[in-house]
Amino acid sequence: MSQSPAPLPFIEGLRDASSLRLPGSGHAWLDTARRENLEAFVAAGLPDTRAEAWKYTALRALGQRRFALGDAGAAKHAVDPHALVLPGVDGPRLVFVNGVFRADLSRLDALPVGLTLQPLSQVLEQDPEALRFALSRHYRETSDVFARLNAALSGDGVVLRVAAGARIGKPVQLCFVGAPAQSELAWHARNVIELGEGSELNLVEHHLSTTQNKHLGTLVSDIAVHDGAQLQHVLLQNTADDSTLIRRSSLHLGAKSHATLYALELGGALARHDLHAELRGNEARFDTRGVFVLRGRQHVDTQLSIRHQALNTASESIWRGVADERARGVFRGAIVVAQGADGSDASLSNKNLLLSTLAEIDTKPELEIYADEVKAAHGATVGQLDERAMFYLRSRGLPYTEARALLTAAFCRAVFASLPNETLRDYFSDAVIARLP
Amino acid sequence: MLKIENLHARVEGKDILKGLSLTVNAGEVHAIMGPNGAGKSTLGNVLSGRDGYEVTEGSVIFEGRDLLALEPEERAAAGVFLAFQYPVEIPGVNNTYFLRAALNAQRKQRGEAELDSMQFLKLVREKLKIMQISDELLHRAVNEGFSGGEKKRNEIFQMAVLEPKLAILDETDSGLDIDALKQVAQGVNALRSPDRAFLVITHYQRLLDYIEPDFVHVLADGRIVESGDKTLALKLEEHGYAWVADRDPALAAEARA
Repeated sequence: MSQSPAPLPFIEGLRDASSLRLPGSGHAWLDTARRENLEAFVAAGLPDTRAEAWKYTALRALGQRRFALGDAGAAKHAVDPHALVLPGVDGPRLVFVNGVFRADLSRLDALPVGLTLQPLSQVLEQDPEALRFALSRHYRETSDVFARLNAALSGDGVVLRVAAGARIGKPVQLCFVGAPAQSELAWHARNVIELGEGSELNLVEHHLSTTQNKHLGTLVSDIAVHDGAQLQHVLLQNTADDSTLIRRSSLHLGAKSHATLYALELGGALARHDLHAELRGNEARFDTRGVFVLRGRQHVDTQLSIRHQALNTASESIWRGVADERARGVFRGAIVVAQGADGSDASLSNKNLLLSTLAEIDTKPELEIYADEVKAAHGATVGQLDERAMFYLRSRGLPYTEARALLTAAFCRAVFASLPNETLRDYFSDAVIARLP
Repeated sequence: MLKIENLHARVEGKDILKGLSLTVNAGEVHAIMGPNGAGKSTLGNVLSGRDGYEVTEGSVIFEGRDLLALEPEERAAAGVFLAFQYPVEIPGVNNTYFLRAALNAQRKQRGEAELDSMQFLKLVREKLKIMQISDELLHRAVNEGFSGGEKKRNEIFQMAVLEPKLAILDETDSGLDIDALKQVAQGVNALRSPDRAFLVITHYQRLLDYIEPDFVHVLADGRIVESGDKTLALKLEEHGYAWVADRDPALAAEARA
């Protein structure tokens, strides 16, 4: 691993951050874990493009910037509650502004039976022992420098548990809001999500900004889906076009569990998502459906990694990318069928559309199979809008921009066709069209 | 309505139309016939504004406007419709949604009020009846998985809904069996009106048995070399295009005048 040191600190006061007072500070195991991670991050620095995982995403410009260590005013920024509303999503809600929990914007009254939903800051102040295993384990296991940075500095986020057998009907919404502050700042949030055996949860993760801001946000989510549980995870990433958002999600799936991710990535100057799923129990299933639509000089990088580790596991991944103007999209889909994961079924499709000659999309599907009786398929394409279809639509009276939007939306539509929430599905389709100039 | 004068057009550096002139008045049906490679489809594509067709000389005036200066969507809004020889399949775009978007886009450009979904549905029902088309086609993606006949009927159905002033039918008969051909022709005939003109481009006389033209023109080597009434089509059928090619274009011009 070549992680040559970019100039540090790119976050002000980073080297002295271990003296920072964060929720949970004072508990020796947590202080130790945070300090170790900080030291590891400072020693490693930001990776450069020689690191395979960052080949298409350069961090040089990010490393030369200066972010404030946190936002002292995060509790007071005005946020219009209407901006948090998503059609078809009317359940409990947890809201974070610049990484800090906001009770005034959240909706935590009358939680359904079987659902525990709390901000991490609260849990760390009240009963951090409950998270000791989850936090300290993760703090040590990753070589991802942003996960280390997050582990060192995150003091808030979501703690969500669904009791065994509980079916949570209404979708649970997690909002991460970027709001302008006195200076550009870095925020870090950490989610710990657990679905008990045979439980069901609809989760909606929503990233947005009140206005333009150039913050850096990191979010690390651990999601455990125990045996027989069902998770539907909808992700809408619509943060400001000049902000930076680095996310890592780790999923563990138990036997006969089923998780489906629907991801729509629209915002960010730089947005990176590392999604790592392990199918650990027999007959576990993980499906992903994702779209990114980029314009301007946006750079959005999705790194999908799925490991089949048990018998008869299945995964189906369908991703579409659209890049206009000078935008750049990166998609890497790596599927591993480990030794012993016989009878597994894995497929990956990634199709991309370039709307401008200056846009670029890099796609890299990878398949590694070490098991027997495996069904596996993958394919990736990068193309342009069909000239014949464009002329056909225009010859019927649709102006150029409208014809382009119609074809682009059609290109993306199949991805969300299976999203059960019809209202949200229509909203996604409109959001895709609205992104096109 | 349409006045084409001395039109020269080039495709991929090759001259295809070489001085084509034609006048079409409202209410008239003109058939353009000619051998393969004569420039028939090029004419349709040039009139509807397709990219890659470069006009090097001449003019096209449609209802007093310079048609060649307009974008394809502006030509559509002005009342020009091209029924494609090869209608394009557009997966993911619903036929009804597309047609309503197209109609409303035209109306918007003309400064007319857009139709809401109820008004549009009413219009569609009327047109379906005229065209004798099953509404099953409406719920599918544009032309996706349509048979050859369904595609052509869908073109004529779109024409019925969009109500153009000038309809150009580019080899609409190609690939159709006799039943489908009759159905398409019936649809076209139902749309004939004193305000609407048709340019029927075809290789075979067969279509003209069902769509009776007022004028027949023979296109050869990028020019109209012969014009006449519908009996000209029959002569062509009998003698073949070689008969026209043998004739002197200058004589043809004289005959036309």
